[in-house]
Parts: sequence; C-alpha cells; structure tokens
Amino acid sequence: MKRARQQVSYFARRRAAVWIFAAAAVVGLAAMPGRSGAQQASSQPSAAAAPDYSKAEVHVLPVQGNIYMLVGAGGNITVQVGNDGVLLVDTGVAQMSDKVLAAIRSISDKPIRFIINTHVHPDHTGGNEAIAKAGSTIAGGNVVGDIGASAGNQAAVIAFQAVLDRMSAPTGQQAPTPEGAWPTETYTTPERKMFFDGEGIQIIHIPAAHTDGDSMVFFRRSDVISTGDIFVTNRYPIIDLQRGGNVQGVIAGLNRIIEIAIPAAIGGNDVLQEGGTMVIPGHGRLCDVADVVFYQEMVTIIRDRIQDMIKRGMTLEQVKAAKPTRDYDPRYGATSGIWTTDMFVEAVYKSLAPKQ
Amino acid sequence: MGRPAWAQIDPSGDWAPRFDEDWEERIPGPEIGDYLGLPINEAARLRGDSWDAALVELPENQCREHASDYGWRGPSNLHIWQEVDRATQKVIAYHTHLSAYGAEQTIWMDGRPHPPEYAAHTWEGFSTGEWDGDALVITTTHLKENWIRRNGIPRSDLATARVHVMKHGNYLTVAVIVYDPVHLTEPFIRTTDFVYTPQLQMAPWPCEVVDEVDRPAGQVPSHLMGANPFLDEFPANYGIPPEATRGGAETMYPEYRLKMKDMKVLPRPPKKVLNR
Repeated sequence: MKRARQQVSYFARRRAAVWIFAAAAVVGLAAMPGRSGAQQASSQPSAAAAPDYSKAEVHVLPVQGNIYMLVGAGGNITVQVGNDGVLLVDTGVAQMSDKVLAAIRSISDKPIRFIINTHVHPDHTGGNEAIAKAGSTIAGGNVVGDIGASAGNQAAVIAFQAVLDRMSAPTGQQAPTPEGAWPTETYTTPERKMFFDGEGIQIIHIPAAHTDGDSMVFFRRSDVISTGDIFVTNRYPIIDLQRGGNVQGVIAGLNRIIEIAIPAAIGGNDVLQEGGTMVIPGHGRLCDVADVVFYQEMVTIIRDRIQDMIKRGMTLEQVKAAKPTRDYDPRYGATSGIWTTDMFVEAVYKSLAPKQ
Repeated sequence: MGRPAWAQIDPSGDWAPRFDEDWEERIPGPEIGDYLGLPINEAARLRGDSWDAALVELPENQCREHASDYGWRGPSNLHIWQEVDRATQKVIAYHTHLSAYGAEQTIWMDGRPHPPEYAAHTWEGFSTGEWDGDALVITTTHLKENWIRRNGIPRSDLATARVHVMKHGNYLTVAVIVYDPVHLTEPFIRTTDFVYTPQLQMAPWPCEVVDEVDRPAGQVPSHLMGANPFLDEFPANYGIPPEATRGGAETMYPEYRLKMKDMKVLPRPPKKVLNR
C-alpha cells in the first residue's frame, strides 16, 4: 500500500515538472535548492567552476562477486551484474551518461533494471534520466495498473522519499530536475530490502547525514557496501545542512558501515583487519572497513573537539581561528573548490551548536 | 621482466631480528610525545599529541597488522622465498612472511605496472622490485594509513616507500625510506637488521578481537587539543629539552645537538614516570 501511495505522489509531482535540470547539472551541487529555498549559507557546498568532462574517461574496476565500480563520471557508480540484469547505485553527472552506458556495456549486455540513488546531488543522480531510459523494468499486474504501461519503458529508480521531494516540486511549482530523472520508487522506512542477481540487497537509510535522503546499499552475497557521500576518501565529508545534513548523522553512517562490514581473517582468527567486506565510497578509491575506521576516527575526533569548544562558549569565528582540523588538513582539507575546510568546520559547528 | 637474482644476493631464507638498535622504540614501545629524529610537519605533531593509546583497544584496531614499511620493525622472524616461473626459471616475485600478525608481502619482479590510483590500498601495499647492484630495491604504493612511530605519529595512505634489502654474508639490512607528502617534510630513512637463522621456527600469530573495555559504540579515544597531560614526561624523564622532543627534520641531523645546548630542560621528576 505504501508503494502505491508513493507512486501516486510521484506522478502528481511528475505532472508539475518543468525542466531546469541542465543548468543545475552544470553548476553542481549548489544548484539544488533546499526545501526552504533559503540563501546558500557559507557552509553549503559551493558552485565551483564546472569540471570539464569532455575528455574525462570512465574506468571500470572489478570489486568482488557481482560488483564493479565505475570511476570518473562524477560520484562513483556501483554496478551489479548477473542473470537478472544490471543494477546501478548512482548514475554520475549527466554529461557522462553516454560513457557510463558504454562502460556498463563493456561488463554486461543484460538490461539495466534498477538504479538506486544514494542521495539527491547531481553528481550522483545526473545520469538518471539517460541511463534509466536505456533500461527497462519487468512490469505487469498491479504495477501497470498503478502507473500505466509505460512503467516498463525504463529502469526503476529507487531512493529515499526525501530524494524525490528535493528533485521534484509540488503541483504548480517548478521542479529543479527533469521528471525523467526522478525516483520512480521511494521508501520511507529505515531499510528497504530486495533480491536481484542472486543476492539479497539492503538499502539502508541513514537519517540526517550527508543530506536528509541518504541511502547506503549492501550487497550481501558479493559482500560490498556502496556508501554514497557519507564516506569519501578525498576530502572532509560534505555536510549539506541546507538539505538536512548533520555531522552526527555522518558519524552514525560511518559507524553503521563499521558495524556491518566484516574484515577478512586467517584461519578464523581476526588477523588482517582488511579485505572481507569491500566499501565503495561516494568519491575516491576503493576501500575496506579499515579505511572507513580511519575516516570515522578523523570525523569523530574533529566533532569532539568542536563540541568541546562550543561547550566552552567559543563562537564560530573563534573555532575557525583555533583550526580544529589542522592535523587532518594536509590529507582532507581544501582552501578552494566545492567544499573547503572552513565550510566543513562551519557545518560541524552548526550541526552541534544549540539552535538560536 | 626483472633480472634473475644472483645466488650471493638472493635474500631468500629464514631471518631472525636483531634489536640492538632502537630497542626502546621497537619492543616496549616509544614514549608518548617522543618525536625526536622524525621529519614530521605540524599536522603529524598534532596527530601524535592527540593520540590516546586506548585507541588500540577498539575492536577494529586490536588485530590490525603493521604496514609493510613498518612491519620490519616488529618482534618478527622473517621468511623470504622466491616464486619462479617453471618454464623460464625467471623470478616472478619475492614473498615475505613476518611472524608479527602473519603479515605477507609480495614483491613483483616481472615488471608489471602498479594499479591505478582508484584501486584499493592494503597494509602491505602493492610492491615491485628491481636490482640495484646487489641490493633488492622495492617500491611500494597503495598503502593504508599506518605508523611512522607507534605513539600516534601517522604515515598517510598517500605515502610511498622505497625499501633496499641488502645481504652481507649472514646479515640482512633492510633500509626503508618513506615518502609521505601528508606528514613528512623530508624522506624518512630507517634501517633494521636480521641474522640468517636456518633453524628458525615460524610460529603462527593468532589474534582474536575481544571487547577489552565497555565503551559507547562509536567512541574514539583521543586527547583534546592542548590537553594531553603526558607530553612532558618524556623530556622530563630523560632530561631532553621539550622543544627537541617535538621532532622535525632538523632533529634528524647531528648538528642539532649543538642547538640543544641552549635549550631549557624540565626539572627531572624524583622518580622516573612511566605511562605504558
């Protein structure tokens, strides 16, 4: 019943859509409006110069089991292949869709059946429309009854409800993304389960983390977790306050990865603490749980420092001046680009400070 | 394809460690706040100051092996063996096994390229080898984060290591040079010695993760900035100027001793304080 209700919601929004998606994809994350429509705060991801994707390449990295990782199309893309077809986690930026499709076809000629969006940002959802249209859904019965015969003409796009809310708009208002890019199936529960290509898949919602619509995807037989931007390896975590993000949720998400993942062992002993469950981050290199532990320790230590400074009555400017991230800045910091160290500190501060 | 190993330089065999150098650092473990002789930057220094030994108690850290650039330093017997292509009798790879954590490294000698930057990193990293005269020179990339010194001074996952394995009769000297753009201002060089021990028995290294301390999930032990109460113990106990214990590239060189003469030292405690 919930599914049918959500689909009705989706089609009400679809009728109201007006395409302004191209501009959003070009300027990046900041082009995505928050629910409040508020001015962009300084701790919001900024519209840095749009990357030039004309010469970018998509690289295919086999991970393990049914899983591959596509790198180079914006956010990392996870590809699950098998007899049932192809399932993707995220679709990269719109400009790279043709190259992403070519990369997928170098792995499998099976139909693209499902796309799961980890969150709303266009470096992860930008290819939704083109790639979903290249796929198809097995439709019939009550699915066709609910949403029409066209349901089978594209891959299903699954996301947490907040992703659809942010990509679409109420009737009569302009939607920030084209209707063809929207999720077609949403969930509002802590977890959604499915079975595809011979393995169970857990889609796990992490509340108020990178955004308010984050999902992580755990492929149980392949033993791979696709994390979205809750975990990245190339910068501090982006905490999109305007879209419901919070540092506490990011840490909760990292802790959840550590809880789920099991590192490899030798002869049943716990020696190694690497390998086993592999982790595909939202951006950056392929990882395992040990890499997540280092990152979780970093975010938690910085959170604890800023929390202590807030308790001591320090203002945001005083906290910034104290440079609470300076031991991690050479690895994760930035003074320019879409997410600077200052933005991160401010987002952590605002996540933790008592609301005025 | 790497050149074949000459018998007089082939490091294959069983080797026992010698701890004549750096006993304090390698076996009991370094003192908290001892960064002497490390070419570290300010970021690494703060990582060390913030480090709380309780971090090692966390289940996810208890059985973590040392990375290949540090593992030679452990209390480890060492076994090295060749992997040889049957048809050509060329050496494809060397393999090492260290008893500590059962760490095993593969050093490819067949000229294969290193993986792309988006590939996974491991404790041992990805290593290729070549001969420089009689020395086996190993280049390692794709390392996970690990130690420079086992008191919280980190080596980042962006570092690379160049290792020279040199055999002198029954002795093996392993010189590790770490290049870390994140935490080091100069390459860091350290040597470790082993003695040929054909009667060596390699023991297993089982490690079982247990809950040593009941603490809230997700808690990460650390000292807040400027709040580590133990940093003065090392300089006070040993009569070393605190400024010198902070490390930095200049503390690696002999001339630094002259500079230390003008530095103030802390009063020695009546009894040596040990926090191990």
